[in-house]
Amino acid sequence: MEASRRYIGARVKRKEDPRFITGRGRYVDDIQMPGMLYAAFLRASYAHAKIKSIDVSRAERIPGVVGVFTGDYFKGKVAPLMTAWALTGADLKPIKWPVVAYDKVRFTGDIVAVVVAEDPYVAYDALEAIDVEYEPLPVVVNVEEAVKPGSPQLHDEAPGNVAFTWRLVGGESFDEVSRKAGRTTSFRLVNHRLIPSAMETRGAVALYNRWTGELTLWVTSQNPHVHRLIVSSVLGIPEHRLRVIAPDVGGGFGSKIPVYPGEVIVSRLAMDLGRPIKWVETRRENFIGTHHGRDHVQYVDVAFTEKGEVLGIRVRALANMGAYLTTAAPGVPTILFGTMLSGPYKIKSVDVEVRGVLTNTTPVDAYRGAGRPEATYLLERAMDIVARELGMDPAVVRRRNLIEKAPYTAVTGLIYDSGSYLEVFEKALAMAGYDEWREIQAKARAEGRLIGIGISSYIEMCGLAPSRIARATGFGMGLWESVTLRVHPTGKVTVLTGSHPHGQGEETSFAMIVADELGIPIEDVDVVHGDTSQTPFGMGTYGSRTLPVGGGAVALAARRIKDKARKIAAALLEAREEDITFSGGKFYVVGHPEKSITFQDIALAAYTADKLPPGLEPGLEAVVFYDPENFTFPYGTHVCVVEIDRETFKPKILRYVAVDDAGVIVNPLLAEGQVHGGVIQGLAQALYEYAVYDESGNLLSAGFNDYMIPTAVDVPNVESYFVETPSPHNPLGAKGIGETGTIASTPAIVNAVLDALAHLGVKHIDMPLTPYRIWLALKEKGVI
Amino acid sequence: MYPPNFNLLTPKSLEEALEMLAKYGSESKLLAGGQSLIPLLKLRLTKPKYIIYLGKLRELSYVEERADYIAVGALTTHFEIERSEILASKCPLLSEVASKIGDLQVRNMGTIGGSLAHADPAADYPAALTALEAEVVIRSLKETRIVKVSDLIKGVYTTDLRPDEMIVEVRVPRLGGRVGTAYEKLAFRATDYAIVGVAAVLELDQEGRARRVRLGLTGVSDKPIRPRGVEEELEGKLVNEDLIVKASKKASEGLNPPSDIRASSEYRRAMAEVLAKRALLRAFKATSM
Repeated sequence: MEASRRYIGARVKRKEDPRFITGRGRYVDDIQMPGMLYAAFLRASYAHAKIKSIDVSRAERIPGVVGVFTGDYFKGKVAPLMTAWALTGADLKPIKWPVVAYDKVRFTGDIVAVVVAEDPYVAYDALEAIDVEYEPLPVVVNVEEAVKPGSPQLHDEAPGNVAFTWRLVGGESFDEVSRKAGRTTSFRLVNHRLIPSAMETRGAVALYNRWTGELTLWVTSQNPHVHRLIVSSVLGIPEHRLRVIAPDVGGGFGSKIPVYPGEVIVSRLAMDLGRPIKWVETRRENFIGTHHGRDHVQYVDVAFTEKGEVLGIRVRALANMGAYLTTAAPGVPTILFGTMLSGPYKIKSVDVEVRGVLTNTTPVDAYRGAGRPEATYLLERAMDIVARELGMDPAVVRRRNLIEKAPYTAVTGLIYDSGSYLEVFEKALAMAGYDEWREIQAKARAEGRLIGIGISSYIEMCGLAPSRIARATGFGMGLWESVTLRVHPTGKVTVLTGSHPHGQGEETSFAMIVADELGIPIEDVDVVHGDTSQTPFGMGTYGSRTLPVGGGAVALAARRIKDKARKIAAALLEAREEDITFSGGKFYVVGHPEKSITFQDIALAAYTADKLPPGLEPGLEAVVFYDPENFTFPYGTHVCVVEIDRETFKPKILRYVAVDDAGVIVNPLLAEGQVHGGVIQGLAQALYEYAVYDESGNLLSAGFNDYMIPTAVDVPNVESYFVETPSPHNPLGAKGIGETGTIASTPAIVNAVLDALAHLGVKHIDMPLTPYRIWLALKEKGVI
Repeated sequence: MYPPNFNLLTPKSLEEALEMLAKYGSESKLLAGGQSLIPLLKLRLTKPKYIIYLGKLRELSYVEERADYIAVGALTTHFEIERSEILASKCPLLSEVASKIGDLQVRNMGTIGGSLAHADPAADYPAALTALEAEVVIRSLKETRIVKVSDLIKGVYTTDLRPDEMIVEVRVPRLGGRVGTAYEKLAFRATDYAIVGVAAVLELDQEGRARRVRLGLTGVSDKPIRPRGVEEELEGKLVNEDLIVKASKKASEGLNPPSDIRASSEYRRAMAEVLAKRALLRAFKATSM
């Protein structure tokens, strides 16, 4: 196999690029239909209020308005949305989210009325003509406030605003290890709220055929089959009569996993009004109505020895869930956070308790990295804080604690798959010139310059997931992936995948896998995704799972095709099956290279079917549902060097080196792109982005003017290197690369900035580390 | 995002535009490069009945040398100002300021007249045009008047313009002798409005004495500010780096800048001093170039 690889490992340009770069992608908003109507949503004027009355009469009279619908209309017709990750053993409360609010609004993104009109301009005009009378209620946006007695209550079902309490204890007790360790330190960390901000906002188009009873829903989704399952159940229509199509999707970062009210509303109204209906979020709606990410307050205790060995981590965290629990929300700050708290280190005790807290803010769910960045940030800050307290080099502390080799069973119960954690760490330090930078730093300090070096070693759980584990945590489905691999009579191949790439490039990487497995040109392989009527039930794209799980399914399917092809080849070449060998797209009889047949000829023979071996079915097609036996665990070390302007306190990154082991790299071009994008997204959290609410629950950073996504000019060159230790847990050996950058970079950058300020007495600054916040911290220390 | 309904008017000449303004006045808004008006419309924060689109008035896009000033047409884009050879040699401050506005897309569309008429308190031009003691030519159907930029801008998004008037030209006085200029802008992101921006014009006599010092600050008040304390500290004295460092500390005198989600008033005051120093030091260096 290795010898015949043409594509895997090569820098193949994306098949998707021509259509995306020339603006010829087909997104939800590009879908036009005769007679189509447009919906617009009136969102709440208050973050917490009772709805006393709604007068839609003025809006209804506007020419072009087809109808105005309020919560009472939907109440009996559509079930409320609920989370699909019903955490086990966490006393999860049944939080219900009505698609249109009827009694109460709980955040400013709640929908209170829907206008359907002949064109979108009229629809938005009509929104301004709806009069809603509210009775404002007290508001709480901050988790530490929300859990205090007497705080405003969001849901009757969740007293004290606590939606769940989840705990994990692994290894020895924290008290025991802290006795052994001798030293402890405690700190409070805020992992602040971020807004996913995909380039394409969310939207949906629904079309109902009342004669066949089929509803077609085009929707911005990372998981169309999951959308179908949930939407059909909420609407009360048979699953097989709902066809969900996620066409080209312009980024998601997790925000297009959940089922939101919007797609349910247009589906219901398309059924009731008998005309196709489109709704596409405005950018402002996207800021307010599409879920946010992160937002933890963590209270951390660390037990460590004089030598710098970290023995135990105890965490009590408050996770801000926003006003409702969305599709995957409860699993993010718990399973995907708590189990990662020993990281790549030989930590002997992890004790974590997370309370999911409801507040009058936009719901919080998965955002690139989802839980794992929060865990890594905590651990990597802990390593630096321990080093500081002991007066040791942060690199030395990490060296003392890093696991040398996998497989390794962490105290949280996870079995890390493969890799040399310490070796990769040393490689990253060497490539970045860590020791030299320490010398430069010392000289710079003597001159009054502020240079800092930050390290971040991480491990993450990817390739979600073995279904038995997913189910044991309360996840509503298994987490396998599916594919139908269809070889046509001419030997051309269509791959119908249950994954849903929305920017990751699997139309290319999946085609590369198939082309290598079958020895055919990549041009002969097309990948189809996103249409539930074409693709087998699949779980979708998130959690860096698409290549290891979806790609694993593709590789297995191609191998199954090859097995059948070998049988056909044996019959055609009149040889025994075990004497047939495959290379370069041809099947040979061992020892008789002149006796060969191409894959294309076999494909034809599979369909002409007159020369098949006895008992073999005609056709050449494989359907695979692949359930991985374990997670994959990408890991690595990132090193960042930063200089802070001594007068404006603006940080500038001088060097950024990423060394990642994501297993086998199928396409280095795409993998580097993932690292670059991920690192920048993590950098954005460290230095720029911040969702800010005022006390009334208004999102102040509800536009790109105030929500600071860095631009190309603001970001450094990212040097990306790979170490490739195959994961034994899937057929490709790939571990997943979509989130490593985001997970690793935030702490590397924060550690670098704080390292630059260490000699001035600054221990910690909560993110984002803007020039202003750095200035403020130094001001408080009396340094400036 | 969907703007409310409006009537679009497209004058073919300045006279026609002025006639429309005279007719519709406060019911109308002028649309030049659209970098501020279009977002405001999409957010429905403004609902003019008429929009008068100035894109056809190519005669208002120019940079020309005249006897004692350089004239810049109101519809000249930031990019054209950044690339103007006349400005590069005769008034590099204006080119530098233009090059630091927003991003390339904004600079390709946005115009100097539009920016001044919008009067954002953190915009870049007002700082430089205040320091340069520039004027604008304002026209209505009945009248032409010339107003200093420092008098044009009255406050946050507020100008001296009457509803029937428009800015047609910006006049930047010629600088003579040993002159150095610089614009220092602090923004957290490259594309942002200034947290603080400081423009400096420094004119020395043959001995190296400051004959004229002019600074313009943006982002620190409801309108551009000239820190007189700094100017007075330097004027008439032999300029050196130490003197600039000392004088710059007066840049925050009397300032009460706004606080917002990005930074506090106090930080802006501190940065006004830092940026005034940097701008003056760079302008000083330029005087010997």
